[in-house]
Amino acid sequence: MKKLAIVLLSICACLLAETPSTVAIRNAKIVTVSGPVIAKGTVVVRNGLIEAAGENVTIPADAWVVEGEGLTVYPGLIDALSTVGIPGAAPAAAVAGGRGGRGQTATPTPTAVAAAPRAMGPEDRPQTTSWEVAADLISPADRRIETVRGGGITTAVTFPTRGIFAGQGSVIDLISGEKAGEMIVASPVGQYISFAGGRGFGGGFPTSLMGVISYVRQIYLDIDHYKLVKDAYAKDPRGMQRPEYDRALEGVMASPRILLPANRLVEIDRALHLAAELKQPTIIYGGREAYREGAADLLKKANVPMLISLRWAEFPRDADPDNEPSMRTLENIDQGPAAAVALKKAGVKFAFYSDGVDNPRDLQRAVKKAIDAGLSREDAIRAMTLTPAEIYGIDNRVGSVEKGKIANLIVTKGDLFDDRTQIEMVFVDGKQYKPATPAGGGRGPSTDEPGGNQ
Amino acid sequence: MRKLIIAGLLALAPLCAETIVIRNATIMTVTKGTIKGSIVVKDGKIAEVGEKVMEPQGATVIDASNQYVIPGIIDCHSHIAVDGGVNEGSVSVSSMVNIKDVINPEDIAIYRALAGGVTTANILHGSANSIGGQTLVLKMRWGKDADDMIFQGAKPGIKFALGENPKRAGNPAGGRGAGTPVQARYPATRMGVEDTIREAFTEAKAYKAEWDDYKAKAARGERAIPPRKDLKLEALKEVLEGDRYVHAHCYRADEILMLLRVADDYGFKIRTLQHVLEGYKVAKEIAAHGAGASTFSDWFNYKMEAVDAIPYNAAIMTKKGVTVSLNSDDAELMRHLNSEAGKAMKYGGMSETEALAMVTLNPAKQLGIDNRVGSIEVGKDADLVIYDKFPLNDFAKVQKVLIDGHKYFDRDEEVSSRPGKEAEKQKLIEKEKQAQPRTQGGRGGRG
Repeated sequence: MKKLAIVLLSICACLLAETPSTVAIRNAKIVTVSGPVIAKGTVVVRNGLIEAAGENVTIPADAWVVEGEGLTVYPGLIDALSTVGIPGAAPAAAVAGGRGGRGQTATPTPTAVAAAPRAMGPEDRPQTTSWEVAADLISPADRRIETVRGGGITTAVTFPTRGIFAGQGSVIDLISGEKAGEMIVASPVGQYISFAGGRGFGGGFPTSLMGVISYVRQIYLDIDHYKLVKDAYAKDPRGMQRPEYDRALEGVMASPRILLPANRLVEIDRALHLAAELKQPTIIYGGREAYREGAADLLKKANVPMLISLRWAEFPRDADPDNEPSMRTLENIDQGPAAAVALKKAGVKFAFYSDGVDNPRDLQRAVKKAIDAGLSREDAIRAMTLTPAEIYGIDNRVGSVEKGKIANLIVTKGDLFDDRTQIEMVFVDGKQYKPATPAGGGRGPSTDEPGGNQ
Repeated sequence: MRKLIIAGLLALAPLCAETIVIRNATIMTVTKGTIKGSIVVKDGKIAEVGEKVMEPQGATVIDASNQYVIPGIIDCHSHIAVDGGVNEGSVSVSSMVNIKDVINPEDIAIYRALAGGVTTANILHGSANSIGGQTLVLKMRWGKDADDMIFQGAKPGIKFALGENPKRAGNPAGGRGAGTPVQARYPATRMGVEDTIREAFTEAKAYKAEWDDYKAKAARGERAIPPRKDLKLEALKEVLEGDRYVHAHCYRADEILMLLRVADDYGFKIRTLQHVLEGYKVAKEIAAHGAGASTFSDWFNYKMEAVDAIPYNAAIMTKKGVTVSLNSDDAELMRHLNSEAGKAMKYGGMSETEALAMVTLNPAKQLGIDNRVGSIEVGKDADLVIYDKFPLNDFAKVQKVLIDGHKYFDRDEEVSSRPGKEAEKQKLIEKEKQAQPRTQGGRGGRG
């Protein structure tokens, strides 16, 4: 029976390879996220947009009708921090501490710019590609697009992640298109900053966490000065030395917000201090210890949203029994997934990000862990739909099932994130995609590198 | 629920400054001799010290019969509580980096130092660079966040380093670079270290002139664009203006004299010479410059530049008029600086008070905080350590430590809390082991 269903589904998928421009899903439960749940209603999709969603919606005559009895429609999921679409990129990591010691922070890995000449100071703009924009790097052929879409992710906020000022992120819709340009929803949406810089003793500047922080600080001081000089020159260039064009500063200036890494409580405190000093709209990513007393209050006070990594700390397998994990490690394993509940209680805006957990089954399990730790299913869904859209200022186009928004939808049998729930259909820009077979394992070779929270 | 109450108590405790009386102790005040008596602590300060004191009503009484009280120990040279590396070793002038940015208040070394009677420490950048990073003074307020650890009002510093450490990074065949293909970094000799420091201050002077010029123009109402703010030179400008202390790592007499001459040439002061193992050879010159000396008790011969070290160094420099402290430079040694001070009595015949001053009042003077800490006097911060025995003794154990009149360490509480903590940990381990078979099914697609 099950086999038959799969065969039927695949036939369906083949037949529908070209989705009609108008689709109506009727008699389905609709989780709009922006408003109340519609127990039985219809969603009409036309030309890639949601034309209507509600209880009493007239189905257009030209629509391909999907019988939604027993099915639930959700907005497509948004991965709030990803590298999908950028070929060869490692999953976005949250290394915040450099050589933190005591096993609490991942060791920084050599970065892609190892071939660059040794930097002697901030003036050499080390490990900086702030001018790179994800939208310019996207390859529609990236195989991870299909993998993550199978988990219901229709939209990814994708970033270049190598370096200190790694580059500007773009929001992309995960269509299997021919042209990268079709995929871009918004760009640029922020500058990805990592503190993982440093190539060890004997490498160029900076090698230490304090070096990285001083570099970040100097960049913003340089921007202040750069603006003054540029403005003065624009007003009257006569008799004035021509200011030098600085692409590193231009790239940072073009970014509407910055993303700072922080996993441990002390790192959250540190990142918030830096954000306040730089006076930049900031998002913090990582959040492994955001469950700890005080973390949520700090974020609330600073009014800074957090992206929580779905790569939860795990109990070491086959570990040396004599080498007991520290109490802190144990608490992180035990309570890490409760971070979202703590932030919710404190009224902090938060979203989840995959951190390289690309495989649909793993993604589902990871979100389920947060739900098991006390997060309501509604809040879990919101943390992967409307909230990330709000955080990046794109909630006017994605994140909920609402008239006029982009038709990014997922259709499930059963509640989203439950163990046995299958994602039946995924719509991106109104086009239907067959979810990748769940248990297949990660496909993209580019997911081999470890994520930040390991 | 219990956890909540404990958390609540912890949060409250430092807020409400209790009135405390430490009764019947042997009090080594450092500045006013050793007396048998009591100390009254009010609002975080020492309110009264004497054989007989007025005990305020409702005060918490600590009975210290047969016990000793000393001022909190001050370590003038420490690298604990730092995240992400203590050296920005890429460049030999790294004055743009600041230890303040990377304080880790959760470093267990803080608690261990506290358990060794340390209440204040000068947290320094490492010694890899001729001019290292900016430094600051912390109080060991275990449990507080990074901001609350900072000794407010203590002048910030900067680390310099001379000799083998900064020059070895210039030599690919030596020191830390051995075996790994590193690019050699200037300087590679002691001459080069001097040149590096001179060059940096020449640049800093030009930078200062540029800013002074701009400020003068602005004051005259002329339109001018302010110069670029350079974090590296900003810190050196503060040194030139006397707003930042220089703590210089050094060993040999020749390099010590070199640095004093460089400082004189550029018109700034060396606040402390750190390690300064050959200080006894040039103690008069050090005293004349007004620099303090923060040395080791009896470490020697661990590297070439330490072969001429003698355990009498501290005593000789003291007798020549130098303010001398003994430091740890090490998280472990930091836990028993009291016995390090004791060694100064054996080598060089320092008195009890002189020896104790080397880990209390003298480092306080060197850090410019002796108006606040370093001795048991009315009006000073109530940073106090209670020992069970004579403190300059290997067998003495710290019983309680107060900082700003709050108890941050209590040996009895620590020892009695251990079984509970261990049980809690084993419970978690069991829980996670139980949960393991389930998660093992979740083999992801990475492999």
